[in-house]
Amino acid sequence: MTDHNKRVDEATGTNLVGHEWDGIEELDTPLPRWWVYIFAATVVFAAGYVVAYPSFPDVAGGTGWSSRGQLDEALQAQTSARAPVVTAIAATPIEQLTANPQLMRSAIEGGRAAFKVNCVQCHGSGAAGSKGYPNLNDDDWLWGGDITSIHTTLVHGIRSPGSEETRFSQMPAFADILSKGQISALVNHVRAISGQGKPSAAGAQLFAENCASCHGPEGKGMREQGAPNLTDGIWLYGGDRASLTQTIAKARYGVMPHWATRLDPATVKMLAAYVHSLGGGEANPAPAPAETAAAPTGETNVGS
Amino acid sequence: MPATLAKSGGLFLAMIIALFGMAQAQDTAFAVHMGIMALAALIAALAVMKGANLSGQLADNEHQYDDAPVRWGVIATTFWGVIGLLAGLFIALQLAYPVLNLGFEYTTFGRLRPLHTSAVIFAFGGNALICTSFFVVQRTCRARLAFPGMARFVFWGYQLFIVLAATGYVLGVTEAREYAEPEWYVDLWLTVVWVAYLLVFGGTIIKRREPHIYVANWFYLAFIITIAMLHIVNNLSMPASWAGSKSYSAFAGVQDALTQWWYGHNAVGFFLTAGFLAMMYYFVPKQAERPVYSYRLSIIHFWSLIFLYIWAGPHHLHYTSLPDWAQSLGMVFSVMLWMPSWGGMINGLMTLNGAWEKIRTDPIIRMMVLALAFYGMSTFEGPMMSIKSVNSLSHYTDWTIGHVHSGALGWNGMITFACMYYLAPRLWNRQRLYSLRLINVHFWLATAGIVFYTASMWVAGLTQGLMWREYGADGYLVNSFAETIAAIHPMYLLRAFGGSLYLAGALVFAWNIAMTIAGRLRQEAPMTETPYNAAADRPLPAPARSAGLGGLQPAE
Repeated sequence: MTDHNKRVDEATGTNLVGHEWDGIEELDTPLPRWWVYIFAATVVFAAGYVVAYPSFPDVAGGTGWSSRGQLDEALQAQTSARAPVVTAIAATPIEQLTANPQLMRSAIEGGRAAFKVNCVQCHGSGAAGSKGYPNLNDDDWLWGGDITSIHTTLVHGIRSPGSEETRFSQMPAFADILSKGQISALVNHVRAISGQGKPSAAGAQLFAENCASCHGPEGKGMREQGAPNLTDGIWLYGGDRASLTQTIAKARYGVMPHWATRLDPATVKMLAAYVHSLGGGEANPAPAPAETAAAPTGETNVGS
Repeated sequence: MPATLAKSGGLFLAMIIALFGMAQAQDTAFAVHMGIMALAALIAALAVMKGANLSGQLADNEHQYDDAPVRWGVIATTFWGVIGLLAGLFIALQLAYPVLNLGFEYTTFGRLRPLHTSAVIFAFGGNALICTSFFVVQRTCRARLAFPGMARFVFWGYQLFIVLAATGYVLGVTEAREYAEPEWYVDLWLTVVWVAYLLVFGGTIIKRREPHIYVANWFYLAFIITIAMLHIVNNLSMPASWAGSKSYSAFAGVQDALTQWWYGHNAVGFFLTAGFLAMMYYFVPKQAERPVYSYRLSIIHFWSLIFLYIWAGPHHLHYTSLPDWAQSLGMVFSVMLWMPSWGGMINGLMTLNGAWEKIRTDPIIRMMVLALAFYGMSTFEGPMMSIKSVNSLSHYTDWTIGHVHSGALGWNGMITFACMYYLAPRLWNRQRLYSLRLINVHFWLATAGIVFYTASMWVAGLTQGLMWREYGADGYLVNSFAETIAAIHPMYLLRAFGGSLYLAGALVFAWNIAMTIAGRLRQEAPMTETPYNAAADRPLPAPARSAGLGGLQPAE
């Protein structure tokens, strides 16, 4: 068709093909050379790739590469790089970990990484917690803030179903035991001892009868029971009237999983080291003396 | 008359069936959708009765092109474009400020995100494709649109599909298939509309008065046929109830994922690439008043693009449970797609050979050149990102979002705006657009918007990808997911800023189109005229062998 209609486009000096649609014509420009070469190069690359890499069902490529193998290699490289330190941590009893500063530093780094995968969902990426999830940066500990206690909490969890040795305590729901007026009086007392309100004689009386056995006569808490200190102004569920009423009437039942069955022992130790390093970590207690309730005396902060 | 009676009777019957479905509905969303269907059927029935003589008007007018559906399409494109971009800006702000989820299930990001993607791709892009295809196929075939009643059904049926899809997203109806979220009954409806579309378009090609089929029509036809195939296969599913908005996919596991991305990637390939290349192949040479650069290139790049694109989908599933061999094939086909994609860019840009000065003088040409530049950029970036080692860094990051938007805002958006600017004065018989200078304002707002959007998402994506894989000196991963989000928050703000610039440009566009339709002319220094030859802009009469060249003369 081009043969008997050889008109030339003036601007480009190229032949026109000869078709025309609604005023649109087409030039008979050959394919750009560079376009053809690059297209051919991509086809050659594709052919080479198909030979070198897996490209047919159940046939390995010439290089033996596989995506699963690439992942295994990458993980293996990191795992073997970490192996000496992890082995050392696994072999060190938790109470002796703080005595080895270099190992402790490595454990903290490993714990930091594990924390970001396993713990931030509840405790937050800064470990500052939120309602119902404790802040791990402060020196207020429910079950103990020395590295051994933290480790025990991590291993067995708190009220964790399926763990025999889990940390366990349960505050009664006082709505079944006390009247609304009595609960209100108790709330007054708790607010008074936390410096938020005026003292209530009736509340103090009720506290002594119902609460002191776990929270202590002064409300300073008891770690054996996981009973919080009510006087320090740090609240797990809130110190306002509504939250306190809810807590006393309905009780709370916070759960943390036991990590012994989910993470390897070295990782749990590293997590303990990391949490201990966050700012509120306490020294290990002296081996002999029996702990007394509400006795923060003798404990010192050794935060990083 | 009997035909009108039968049509309106059928529509009333459809309304009653829809109302019955509404009464039997298993869930609220289905009831709402059947209500919308019933209302649509009622409106259609009343329209049929009121315009009983419409078919009289439609037939036997072969000396004029049938441009009414094209006019509606220009208005719909403009309207949905603004809605879709507004939704996009809102969800961009939601990512930066989660409080904007507003606490209602209906306004969460998860529901508004498909609203945005469907509004811009299918409502804005789809209406642009349908209306330009009706315009182009008539002119390049020199024939009036086949099946005029069906063409009107295609337009209104497609709008009903958009409304059903959009309301479904907000109500929480979803198949959870990206870009194919609507449920089974909406899919069936779209299938009916799409088949009608194919008949109208194909019918017009069959009755053409030109000996050859123009390249734009190859691309339109490839787009229509392939989308039909993709839509049907990807949406094969079994409804849980015939009166409920829930179905289960015919595929399971990784087969389901691969089907989804075979569809998803080819929605990009055949909807956003082939279809929009069709627009480019008509409107660029028309606006430039230059011949297409290379006929041979158009053949080679058309067939290579069509053949290679359909295999590239697995590159969306690199490093997943999809077998390695399928991933490899997805990658090599994507790499080979580079030059076939660029063929369209070369043919578009080089068509300006001999008319390069128009980039300076003609704002519509400038917009088309920008569109082609972004087309070239994103069709280079795509094959690059499909390479496994690049993809292992880029996948799941905002780099993908940046890539998609350089294509969507730069290529699809700008070429559509340019075509609408071309169409408006011609369709409404105006001397020129309301304002050519406002196109410049639109051009710069949009360009700046795209730069902010894509640059911020590239930086955000690289930041995310590098942070996710960062190992510390002790051999542990350094960052948590939340930390990577915090790190790219400034980029989210810049992205929203870019999006608001682009939206502002689209509002200028909508204003310009609306004023042009209203017949207003802005007082301004002239730029270029709108060349229009009324005598040439009409179908050729039926072939009368003796008439010879006389057929080119005006009919009266």
